[in-house]
Amino acid sequence: MTDASVPQNLAPPPAEVEDVELYHAHSWITKYVFCQDAKVIAIQYAGTAITVGILALVLSWVIRLQLAFPGAIPFIDANVYYQSVTMHGMIMVVYMLTAIFLGGFGNYLIPLMVGARDMVFPYVNMLSYWVYLIATLVLVSSYFVPGGPTGAGWTLYPPQSILTGTPGYDYGIILMLVSLILFIVGFTMGGLNYVVTVLQARTRGMTLMRLPLTVWGIFAAAVMALLAFPGLFVACVMLLLDRILGTSFFMPSLVELGERKDYVGGSPILFQHLFWFFGHPEVYIVALPAFGIVSDLISVHARKNIFGYRMMVWAIIAIGVLSMVVWGHHMYVSGMDPWFGFFFAVTTLAIAVPTALKVYNWVLTLWHADIHFTTPMLFALGFLVTFVNGGITGLYLGNVIVDVPLSATLFVVAHFHMVMGIAPVLVIFGAIYHWYPKITGRMMDERLGKIHFWITFLGAYAIFFPMHYLGVLGMPRRFYEMGDTAFVPASAATLNIVITIIALAVGFAQSIFFYNLFRSLKYGAPAGGNPWRAASLEWQTPETPPGHGNWGKHLPVVYRWPYAYSVPGAPEDFLPQDAPPLRGEHSP
Amino acid sequence: MTAEHVTTEPEMSEETLRSRMLGVVADWSSDQRSFKSASWGKAMMWIFLVSDTFVFSCFLISYMTVRMSTTVEWPHPSEIFALDIGGKKIPLILIAIMTFDLITSSGTMAMAVNFAYARERKKAAMLMLATAFFGAAFVGMQAFEWTKLIHEGVRPWGNPFGAAQFGSSFFMITGFHGFHVSIGVIFLLIVARAVWRGDYDVGRRGFFTSRKGRYEIVEIMGLYWHFVDLVWVFIFAFFYLW
Repeated sequence: MTDASVPQNLAPPPAEVEDVELYHAHSWITKYVFCQDAKVIAIQYAGTAITVGILALVLSWVIRLQLAFPGAIPFIDANVYYQSVTMHGMIMVVYMLTAIFLGGFGNYLIPLMVGARDMVFPYVNMLSYWVYLIATLVLVSSYFVPGGPTGAGWTLYPPQSILTGTPGYDYGIILMLVSLILFIVGFTMGGLNYVVTVLQARTRGMTLMRLPLTVWGIFAAAVMALLAFPGLFVACVMLLLDRILGTSFFMPSLVELGERKDYVGGSPILFQHLFWFFGHPEVYIVALPAFGIVSDLISVHARKNIFGYRMMVWAIIAIGVLSMVVWGHHMYVSGMDPWFGFFFAVTTLAIAVPTALKVYNWVLTLWHADIHFTTPMLFALGFLVTFVNGGITGLYLGNVIVDVPLSATLFVVAHFHMVMGIAPVLVIFGAIYHWYPKITGRMMDERLGKIHFWITFLGAYAIFFPMHYLGVLGMPRRFYEMGDTAFVPASAATLNIVITIIALAVGFAQSIFFYNLFRSLKYGAPAGGNPWRAASLEWQTPETPPGHGNWGKHLPVVYRWPYAYSVPGAPEDFLPQDAPPLRGEHSP
Repeated sequence: MTAEHVTTEPEMSEETLRSRMLGVVADWSSDQRSFKSASWGKAMMWIFLVSDTFVFSCFLISYMTVRMSTTVEWPHPSEIFALDIGGKKIPLILIAIMTFDLITSSGTMAMAVNFAYARERKKAAMLMLATAFFGAAFVGMQAFEWTKLIHEGVRPWGNPFGAAQFGSSFFMITGFHGFHVSIGVIFLLIVARAVWRGDYDVGRRGFFTSRKGRYEIVEIMGLYWHFVDLVWVFIFAFFYLW
């Protein structure tokens, strides 16, 4: 195709940067282990994240078993229970969700979707994974030290997190903090790569407003992570000093077991501020990539362009900005000036506006669309419903007055599991079913996929819906045993048993997914280059799976946005981003 | 708007301003690169520095918080940070020298960038070595100051002069900054060696990355160095002058 055939308004601009030279692997080790190729790094990241994720899933069974059958299982004592609660939370939020969305999907999809050969600094990108791996190993190693891992709760609030009564006082808490510091260092190396690749390494014709929303979501999340993780980094360094050197940043004067500790005059609330300055944006670091991915899944499988693309982009940015100023809503019961409570409640509820906008746009994308109920689409729709449910309970918890009675109950557990547990995990499954053909060249089994979806989706509701009710009854979260509590009726215990049985079943049912995942590697139907007939750039690679350097001899040239579905006059119902423009086409 | 702008473009109207704003928007919404003049390395360093700014901000805000929330009186900086010279106590003298030293190093760094782009390799390398020397001298003086305070009984967990958090935050924040300076010195030495040998002229490949370097690395190095200096100004103001 020559440029002469291209209408003036769609002619590709000249190349601004010369093609980069890539590191070419010479040995098996540099090709598959210490590999600089973002696609291999992505699979390493995702594999590690899923592995620790399974550990965290097993830990959730420990929690559930104790809640349903208190004291019935001999090895679950109070220490094991608190350690499980802590490790389950920390692994799921940081080491699983953050790592798989940014390290996994970010690494795989960003270079392919923006039309780059690799991340801008592949060597730094490789280091990022290895530091992350060391961080997870340090974390898991706390199971093998005297005293075991810390049982401080994933929020690690001082003073109790570093007092002797907390399990894992000796080494667990130290390993946890060191591991988090390493994670942040490793993430920073990767995060810089993701941000710079999106900003500076796009191919010709790929403007910011032609990026798939997946890239927008991951990009915004990476920027937020670079700004939010410093809060956690500083909190971890200071807590580590308090624990090891006996400084008093967070530790007030206190008496423990009749003995006065050496700490004087620190501020425990300071830790909460630093922690939640990270902790709240973290919710959206997990949610924004999910928003982006789900937009693409819905658009592809409904054969329709995403509704209100620009609004979707600005909503992502607005959510990102707002989420940096709402951290105080985690601290309503910590003792806060009412005016601050007012401020944080207003900013928190304001996030509902861009988020609702996104939900409306997803629904309007589905409106009158040619919906294909493929497995990825089912998971995307499952996300939509779950996210709305979780978001609505967020309105309760965002209001100071409603939050005060509900805080520290199972209502909170139900809320955040719906909104940032189940919802993003559904997107992860959907995304794996969706991009698996590109990654391996084979399809995953649709029938098993659908069985997996219905068990996971309905199971998740069966687990977390009743928890709202338990929370409203006043059943507290994180309690090892309820004891004799007048306000909790006996029927609550029955409900807890039901929840636990379903949780075990749904957990085991995930083996269907893993069976499908590994079986399809060999026996899956050959996928071809573009099985979903998707328009975005990653499906247009010359090879499937994409080869080293992604794009053969020449980088692709982009002529339109990634949502050109059902375009009138087009030969097929989709127009790839790099297909030459049609006569008279005016595509965004 | 500066007076210079007005004299060169007297007809700068709202319309022109608007078109320039649109120019910024056009750059951002164009393809390939959002920052048209920045290479990948430079963009990455800038974004890293933004992130690092947040780290230092969190440290300094935490320091201010503990300083305000502690019930014990804070040690008086002009007495704590005074040196006995010839029988006289001179307040803040060491810190004045350290600050002067670090700001001088920014000057030599800027000159090194200039000579590196002019391909005057020896001059650029020598200036980078001078920068590294000033940096190392700074870390040395910091070590001296730490030793002095430790001899006087200041510890991370307490000190005889007042609030325990003084020692904690002082050692933590100056230590973290000194760590940045030390890393900078190491990188300066590595880059100075490469410039001296002419690695960037012959296209020698990096040991780890196996990529060819460019003289731009001197400027990227300089960005980091100036940032570390700038952070020092804040640490200086908040620790020694407050």
